[in-house]
Formats: sequence, structure tokens, C-alpha cells
Amino acid sequence: MADLVNKFLPNVVANWEGDNGFVVAIWQTLYMTFVSAFFAGIFGIVLGILLVVTADDGITPNKALYTFLDKLVNLFRSIPFIILLAVIGPFTRLIVGQTIGPTGALVPLVIGTAPFFARQVQLALVEVDHGVIEAAEAIGLSPMKIIFRVYLREGLPELIRSGTLTIISLIGLTAMAGAVGGGGLGNMAISVGYQRFENDVTIVSMLLILVLVFVIQGLGDFAVRKLEH
Amino acid sequence: MAEQNGIIQLKNIDVTFHSEGKTIEAVKDVSINVNKGDVFGVIGYSGAGKSTLVRVINLLQKPTSGTVVVNDQNLTQLSAKDLRKARRNIGMIFQHFNLMNSLTVYGNVDFPLRDSGLSKAERKQKIDKLLDIVGLADRAKNYPSQLSGGQKQRVAIARALANDPEILISDEATSALDPKTTTEILDLLGRLNKELGITIVIITHEMDAIKQVCNRVAVMENGQLIEEGSLLTIFGNPKKQLTKDFVNTSTHIGSVLDEIRDSGIVDKLSGRLIELNYIGDSTNEPIVVELYKRFKVEANILFSNIERLQNTTVGIMLFALTGEDDKVEAAIEYLNSLNVNVKEISLKKEGE
Repeated sequence: MADLVNKFLPNVVANWEGDNGFVVAIWQTLYMTFVSAFFAGIFGIVLGILLVVTADDGITPNKALYTFLDKLVNLFRSIPFIILLAVIGPFTRLIVGQTIGPTGALVPLVIGTAPFFARQVQLALVEVDHGVIEAAEAIGLSPMKIIFRVYLREGLPELIRSGTLTIISLIGLTAMAGAVGGGGLGNMAISVGYQRFENDVTIVSMLLILVLVFVIQGLGDFAVRKLEH
Repeated sequence: MAEQNGIIQLKNIDVTFHSEGKTIEAVKDVSINVNKGDVFGVIGYSGAGKSTLVRVINLLQKPTSGTVVVNDQNLTQLSAKDLRKARRNIGMIFQHFNLMNSLTVYGNVDFPLRDSGLSKAERKQKIDKLLDIVGLADRAKNYPSQLSGGQKQRVAIARALANDPEILISDEATSALDPKTTTEILDLLGRLNKELGITIVIITHEMDAIKQVCNRVAVMENGQLIEEGSLLTIFGNPKKQLTKDFVNTSTHIGSVLDEIRDSGIVDKLSGRLIELNYIGDSTNEPIVVELYKRFKVEANILFSNIERLQNTTVGIMLFALTGEDDKVEAAIEYLNSLNVNVKEISLKKEGE
């Protein structure tokens, strides 16, 4: 077995451990994915909820705020991620003190993902039956309680579905951020595998990312199945 | 009549919507007074504004103008917080039930109780009692998706009753249900009215639903209230055409008339077609016998419908009178002298 691995994946073995090795890269990818998913998740949910409740047919309509947020989300969603990385460099340094490495990638990852997730949250919550919202209003619930006890609760399966989708697209972005100095498996595949013609490194990097994607998709699907009645 | 101190008083309600440059007057200058203990029915075709009107009662729909007084409280003047408190006294059920799919039957009934300040044990006791009242005690752990439409509506009723409201609004609550389930749900509402003394406002487009439980009826058309009165007067003596249409659909006299016109049966009998409406204890037989005894006029009964509404008999009879012309004339005069509504029906089809 060890012989086979040595024979077919020589460069993977050579690059497995050490500061720029696979083990570190895997951790970097997981770190970038989950830390930015956490923050993008919070921003995305807050923005998404605000978009739903301030819309014309929402529970607290506010045209000015809705228009502003709607445009803001569209604006940031329109900027190609690779350009966003470069453009917000100074802002990134202000927030996390560095622009390279996995931590330097966090700020652009959050800013690149939050608007996307906000849209997903908006779409998920708009799907919540308007009649149920009306029933909650008739019962005498405050807007805050309607958000927490109706929107987030009834919309939970759909939120998890879009959360899964967002994390998977986020993994794609970490690979891109990695290529311009963020580290992780994307960096491994490009700066080691691709640029040094070590194809086995590229392929294994890709496979590891696929495993991560499948695990997340599987967990998401499982949670949705448990929650839907 | 206690016109001024009803539990629900809507005065001069206007609701106007503006959308895409168009102005839609959904409700136009409607005033309604519902007394405590009433089962008040609002009937009209879809688009008549009845749903908009009842949403004004708990201010889910803010009126463009007019006042809403519920339990001597002017709701339009309340703060958002006080309005939410006032809404707890007004339960509401809907056409599509509007239950939380993520909660069990138990959880759905508990939903409005979470802010009630009751302890968990007190809530459980109350929920069990409510589920018992609506006949779903054995379904507490089920999710709405596992229930039939009628059962879902029962859960919705239990939820609406959770805060012990004095008023229950039913917005087309039986429109999505089959006839048998509709009857059961209406029976339940009637029982709640009698046993708990809860005031009920029912919106529907079915006269049969009104007939079954309401004691007062309002008819709406194009955003306006065109007729209002006790069930007996509306049913026994409808004034407006739309009201007559609703009553006719319910008694089936409309379709019978069409058939009679098409069949030409009255021509064969060479008689005159008379419609008789009566409320109270007149019955068909003596009238028919009397007509023959007094005038030698034969009355061929073509249709007869007798209903018990709120323990009073309401009847409609359709017959062809045949005999000598002056005798028939005298017979009609005699009928007019009785305590019944007599109407001669022209056999010409509408539009001819």
C-alpha cells in the first residue's frame, strides 16, 4: 500500500507534512471556510431578515431601508471576487491586521459571501406562508417575535438548504483566495501542483475539496430531512 | 335594539388600496354593529370586500377612514403594544388554516400561550382542555401535515381560543372543506357560541353556512353593505337581488324555476305561477285545500321547501293555479290577505 502511494503520488507524499504541506493546507481551508461561514452567516441572516420585513408586503415596511439594502447587496454581489480581494486590501488590513494568509482572506470571504447568503435567506423567508405570518399577527405577536418564532422557525429547513449551498460556494472562494496568498488547498493545487507540474498534488487537492463538499452537502441534507414534517 | 353598545362597532369604514396607479375601493362606508353573543354572518361573492372588512376588526387591515370599537376600546387609537394586547381578545381562523408546519398540534395550540405568563403545567392543562373541546385530544403529537383539512381547522380553532377571546373571526374557514366537514366545523362554532358565549363573525360565500349557525346576516357587494338583518328576515324576505340570489341558490328554487320555464309545464296546466314565502307556522296543505274549497281553484304544487332556521319554520312554495280566470284572481287576492308573501312569477325568461 505504502509502495503504491509512493509510486503514484510521489509529490503528495513529499508535500504531506511541513509548513506548506497538505495537513496545514487542509486546516487552512477548513479555517477559512468555517470562520467566514460563521460571520457571513450572521451578516447574511440579519440582512436577509431586514430585506424580508422591510419589503412592501413585509411586517414592518420601510421603503428607504429596503431600497438601500437591496442595492447594497446587488452591488457587492456584482463585484468579481478576485477583484474584491484586491480592492478591499486596506480595509482588510484595518480589520485583521494582514492581507495575506488564511486570516487575511477572511474579510474578503465574508464580504464576498454575506450578500450572496443574504439573498438566499431572503428567498427562503419569503417562502414562509404569508397566512402563518398573518395568523401570528392576529394572535398579537410583536414583529421581533414573528421573526424568531415564525420566520426563522418555519423557514429553518430552507435556511439550512441555502446555508449548505452557501458554504459549498464559499469553499470555491477559499480556493480562489488561496491562489492569491490565502493558503489552503486552493493554493496547494495551483502554486505547487499546477505551477510545478506536480499533477498528483493538483488531483489530490481537488479530491480533498470534493470530500469536504460531499460531507457538508450530506450533513445539510440530513438536517433538512430531520426538520421537515 | 342595542345598536350603540355592540361588542364590535365598525363605523363608516372605508378601505382604499392604491396599486400601480389604480385606486381600488375595497370597502365603502360600511357600518356594522355586532352584539355580544351574536353569530354574525357576512356573505358575498369573492371580491366583495368581506375579507378586507373583517380584517379591519382586529386591524390586520387598517381602514382608510372610520372607527373600529371593540369592547368599548377604539382600536385605531391604540399604541402598537396595546393593539397587540387587544388582538388577544379576538381569535381568528382562516380558509387555509395557517398552522405552523414545524410545530406539532400541541405546539400550535401552545403558540399563543407562550406569552401568557402561565406556567408550563398550566399551559399543558389548558391545551389538553382545548384539544378536548375540538375533539383532537389523541392527535396532540401529530404534525399538521399528518391531519385532514377538517382536523387542521380544529387545531386552528383550538389555537384561536387559547387566549380565551370574547370574539372569534372566521375568514372563509369552511371554504376549503368538503360539505360534511363544513357542517361539523360549523356545528363546533355553534357549540362554542352557546357554551362559551363567544361572539362569532363568519365570512362566507355559502348561504348554507350562514343558515346553519348565524343569527344575523350582512350581505356585501362591491365593497358595500347592501342588506343586513336577522337570519329570518334575510332568508324569509330578502330585498336586494343579490340576497335573493343567495337565498335562491340555497333553497334551489332558482334552478327549479329555470326548469319550469324550459319545460312549459305551466302552459300545459294553463295556469298562473305563484310563489309563496312564509315564516312561522303556516303550512302548505291547508292553503291548497282552502283554495279549492273556496274558489274551486286547483293548486298544483311544483316545488316546496321548508326549513327550520333557529327553531322557526321558513317555507317557500311554488304552485300553478288553474281554474276560471276570475276565480284565480279571487284566489290570489285571498292569498294576499294571509300572513304570507305572494308573488306572481312571470314565465318569460330573463332578457326576453
